[in-house]
Amino acid sequence: MNAIAPVGVSVPHDSAPKHVSGQALYIDDMPEPAGLLHAYLGLSPHAHAVIKSIDLSAVLAVPGVAAVMTAKDVPGVNDVGPAFMGDPIFADRLVEYHGQSIFVVAATSMALAREAAAKAVIEYEILPAVLTIDEALAAQTFVLPTQVMQRGDADSALAASPLRLDGRIDVGGQEHFYLEGQVAMAIPGEDGDMLVHSSTQHPTEVQHLVARALKLSDHSVVCETRRMGGGFGGKESQASLIAVAAALLAQKTGRPVKHRLDRDDDMILTGKRHHCRIDYDVGFDRDGRIRGITFMQAIGCGYSPDLSGAIADRAMFHADNAYYLDHVRIVSYRCKTNTVSNTAFRGFGGPQGMMGIEHVVDEIARYLRIDPLTVRKRNFYGKRDRNVTPYHMTVEDNVISEVVAELERDAGYAARRKEVAAFNTEHPWVKRGLALTPVKFGISFTLTHMNQAGALVHVYTDGSVALNHGGTEMGQGLYLKVAQIVAAEFGIALDRVKITATTTAKVPNTSPTAASSGTDLNGKAAQVAARAIRQRMAGVAAIAFGVPASAVVFAGGRVSGGGKDMSFGEAAKLAHRARVSLSSTGYYSTPKIHYDSTVHQGRPFYYFAYGAALSEVEVDTLTGEYRLRRVDILHDAGQSLNPAIDLGQVEGGFVQGMGWLTTEELWWDDKGHLRTHAPSTYKIPACGDVPAAFNVSLFKAGRNKEDVVYRSKAVGEPPLMLGIAVFQALRDAVAACGDGWTVPRFDAPATAERVLMAIETLRAGIAVPRAQAAD
Amino acid sequence: MRDTLHFRLGSEDRILRDVDPTMTVLEYLRGPERLCGTKEGCAEGDCGACTVVLVDRQGRHQAVNACVLFVPALDGRQLLTVEHLAAADGTLHPVQQAMVDRHGSQCGFCTPGFVMSLFALRTEAKPDRAAVNEALAGNLCRCTGYRPIVDAALAVCTGEVTQAPVTLPVAEGTLSLGHGGKRSFSPRSADELSQVLLDHPDAVIVAGGTDVGLWVTKQHRSLPVTVSLDAVSDMAGVEEREGVIRIGAGATYQEALPLLERHYPDFGAMIRRIGSRQIRNRGTIGGNIANASPIGDTPPALLALDASVVLRLGEVRRSVKLDDFFTGYRRTLLQPGEFIERIDVPVPEPGEMFRCYKVSKRFDQDISAVCAAFRLRLDDGRVRDIRIGFGGMAATPVRARSVEAALIDRPWTEATVQMAQAVMDGALSPLSDMRASAGYRRTVARNLLLKCFLETGQEGAVSRLVPA
Repeated sequence: MNAIAPVGVSVPHDSAPKHVSGQALYIDDMPEPAGLLHAYLGLSPHAHAVIKSIDLSAVLAVPGVAAVMTAKDVPGVNDVGPAFMGDPIFADRLVEYHGQSIFVVAATSMALAREAAAKAVIEYEILPAVLTIDEALAAQTFVLPTQVMQRGDADSALAASPLRLDGRIDVGGQEHFYLEGQVAMAIPGEDGDMLVHSSTQHPTEVQHLVARALKLSDHSVVCETRRMGGGFGGKESQASLIAVAAALLAQKTGRPVKHRLDRDDDMILTGKRHHCRIDYDVGFDRDGRIRGITFMQAIGCGYSPDLSGAIADRAMFHADNAYYLDHVRIVSYRCKTNTVSNTAFRGFGGPQGMMGIEHVVDEIARYLRIDPLTVRKRNFYGKRDRNVTPYHMTVEDNVISEVVAELERDAGYAARRKEVAAFNTEHPWVKRGLALTPVKFGISFTLTHMNQAGALVHVYTDGSVALNHGGTEMGQGLYLKVAQIVAAEFGIALDRVKITATTTAKVPNTSPTAASSGTDLNGKAAQVAARAIRQRMAGVAAIAFGVPASAVVFAGGRVSGGGKDMSFGEAAKLAHRARVSLSSTGYYSTPKIHYDSTVHQGRPFYYFAYGAALSEVEVDTLTGEYRLRRVDILHDAGQSLNPAIDLGQVEGGFVQGMGWLTTEELWWDDKGHLRTHAPSTYKIPACGDVPAAFNVSLFKAGRNKEDVVYRSKAVGEPPLMLGIAVFQALRDAVAACGDGWTVPRFDAPATAERVLMAIETLRAGIAVPRAQAAD
Repeated sequence: MRDTLHFRLGSEDRILRDVDPTMTVLEYLRGPERLCGTKEGCAEGDCGACTVVLVDRQGRHQAVNACVLFVPALDGRQLLTVEHLAAADGTLHPVQQAMVDRHGSQCGFCTPGFVMSLFALRTEAKPDRAAVNEALAGNLCRCTGYRPIVDAALAVCTGEVTQAPVTLPVAEGTLSLGHGGKRSFSPRSADELSQVLLDHPDAVIVAGGTDVGLWVTKQHRSLPVTVSLDAVSDMAGVEEREGVIRIGAGATYQEALPLLERHYPDFGAMIRRIGSRQIRNRGTIGGNIANASPIGDTPPALLALDASVVLRLGEVRRSVKLDDFFTGYRRTLLQPGEFIERIDVPVPEPGEMFRCYKVSKRFDQDISAVCAAFRLRLDDGRVRDIRIGFGGMAATPVRARSVEAALIDRPWTEATVQMAQAVMDGALSPLSDMRASAGYRRTVARNLLLKCFLETGQEGAVSRLVPA
């Protein structure tokens, strides 16, 4: 990689050669320090119970066990709640979900620690458990207060609407299934200091929570993260417990401690995407235009708040998706159940909100017997009018009509709609379905203060550059994109920029790498730092060249002006001899955004990302099995910093979204035990689930209207929701088993079982329960 | 007996003694060897992050899951990991370079496993997309959506790499590893195996270990005595003789596939969906029968095909119909010290038709919710003979005898099918679990009979999905 690699070029992932040769180090691969101990958590076997007594003497007696710890052994605060308290490191009196940690063991091997942990004697008094959203609603158990977002007068609009439908859809949760499970290694230092290597999207939070639990100042703890083997939101808040438990044991024993969850424990004790129930009441006209709508969003949070407040908020923010809702009220319940505490997952509540409105629009179209795409387009946000969201933000950068029109044309929607209809006429046992769905996704942390980032750039006197910032690398290519930006500022080759591990010792008080914001925030911060150094270097070079600083050019690895030039390294040396600093921090905070969460009004998002997907499925109507035959996607990544990386996010996001809504089923038994806790029972998409006809393009006209770095757009989360097109196409195929329009309610994920049961309902001629329109 | 394990790791010969015989190859690589390129993603052979390649003396390259492979399986073989592919000067291997060039890695954690599966695939005939799917079904990626990895596979697997025999460390005599109260045996013949089992009737037979491996890695059980079929040369064969396909109990799915598929294309298609390539390179039909799971994939087909198993205790052999072999939930006719030596499957009679179906949440590499197999012969539009095997519908794989009886001598029509479906409802008693509800299983079982009818009794009916 010696060529100059400016932004906008498809450079391969910086770690790709290391990935393919096994040289990329994940935490479990790092050289093990002498005396290393391995941690293992003791978990609750009950969903809800009072702990009567804990006897760990048999655990401690196992040869090779160095320490055990429970709640009473925590020197500081026994809680790793990220925003609110309520996530005990070790359950003290009460256990509130099956799999909750009660104690931790350190031993000379993981196998030994696990074996020892099984010898714990704990007495419980079992309590009744609330396991489902419906039970939580009935019992009125919530982790956070109920919220209402509204604009206009939904009740009057509903009453005055020519037509009206109501209904419900339940949407299942999703396991992150990052291939690298949760892991951390804590290494004690002098003065009681603690170095923690953590597979986390939020090193600062791990640092702060380790300090709080160990009763140390923040400056005594360093958290370092070189790379994660996938995160997807699952390592935003929930990496903390793993790291804190390791650090507690390291502090207690004075020895380094590694803590890696095996796959089953990882799936049992860490949170997932929130499952939800959405009830709706919609009024509309004969063209399918929505006049008024109310949503009840009941979000399954599990036993504690974790990040559920912001996640449920984002479900409300995306209850509109790309559609203008004239009079709207959204009531959001944050339900408490005796299950694992659900957490961030790519889309962060947005996907759930969108599933609600996409279901509503599809139901309206099917009621009116109009092609669903037509009804979708009729309800899109306008450019100059019909452009205010339910949270009173004006949509200023709307390109959804252009994106959908281009996809509809290029993917041949109209012709394929006819082909599908013809196929279905001729085939009684196999049916096809088609759906084109849009995505509009708001970019920014909705908690305004989190929209800030820092970076640290050093130029050495040989002209090599070291780059550090607060963003973490989980495979999304953030490190590479930021390095491209810095290389471009200095006009040097990409390989002259050393990417270094994220560490709280270099850039403090960072936000998590989340909300798709990694590049927007850290790219800008790094650009600010690089520019500061460049300006100083330009000042020195300007004197040497005898030109004004503004005439000094950094390009092609050279610094030039006034017909003279020197290498970037020579310019760095010159600056050093002139006693000019070659190091700078950079800082960035997102402009324009503000939000009043008491009334749910403001501008929570700097801008929106857009996309659309057209999916075609084929269903075996005797078994409910299905195949995705083809998918076409057009996605707006603005002016892409690295099209290959962005394409990878779009493709991977779509497939992950498809998995969420199709084969990925979390199944709890009646005792609240998760029974799908490994890939043998929890089925993420495999290679063969992705069709050969997988046509993905970036929207060429895309350009961020706002001043985001190089006019790019965030691309981490938005594509996930393109997977909704698969769910809607399955509805279309099911309808083809009946009158072509009616679909009995089936929930997500659309397992083969759910699809077949819907088809059987149609075939049996059982009346589909649905509200009649108030005509 | 030899108490040293001889194999080649990359280009270096290794001799190990005093090793835990139920240590997995993954533990060995990441532990004593500190070769950490091979990852643990699930420890149950489902994600493929631990994929390594075993090379035998014929030069066959087999992708396998190191996480459920016990170390005795390495004996006399070469083990290649992701660290062994690049040239000494660091030049990436073509499959590695193809993955870089096509942007096939994001987080990189699954990547070593994909690289090793592709490395093995590259030694086979040039694959099409379906063959790539089949080779990669056991490698899960959560980041890319697979498209760039498939592109890399199609670009780099050109069918031009041939396998030459390799000279491997000599490993003579019967291997028996012992460590800390555990012992393993790797007998070289069925006779030797029968003697080991007479001496150790409680020994656990490792016939591939794709299920037994999980007893250790998932249930954390300690297996004091294990007996591997890896070296039992006279139980590895698959041959057709006198109208019978004779499958040695040590033959892997992959080895049994060609002959079964030639006679029973549907059976072949189903075997291609059992586990993954890594699992089929190790797992055996003998093991699939002996573990007597109610959701094993081959027993329903073997029941429908009227297969027999040859059981052996010492020098005494008995041939038992598979119909009689399963006696209860995970229970069989096998006596202590007795083992399955061979499976006999009759080849089809003229006019015989065979259909089998596997229904699962995910198409590839999933455990079935329902498995159904039908062997039938029609005579002048009537059912002359029919045998129906089901999995997932009872405590054992079962035949639906009452349904068969209801169909025999009836005209093969939709009305007959409907009548038989009603009989079926009373004959089967499936469970509800995380894979499917009892109601779904019943409905699917009924519908699969209809599907079989459509495919054998109705000209031109399209009842199967076309792979995309």
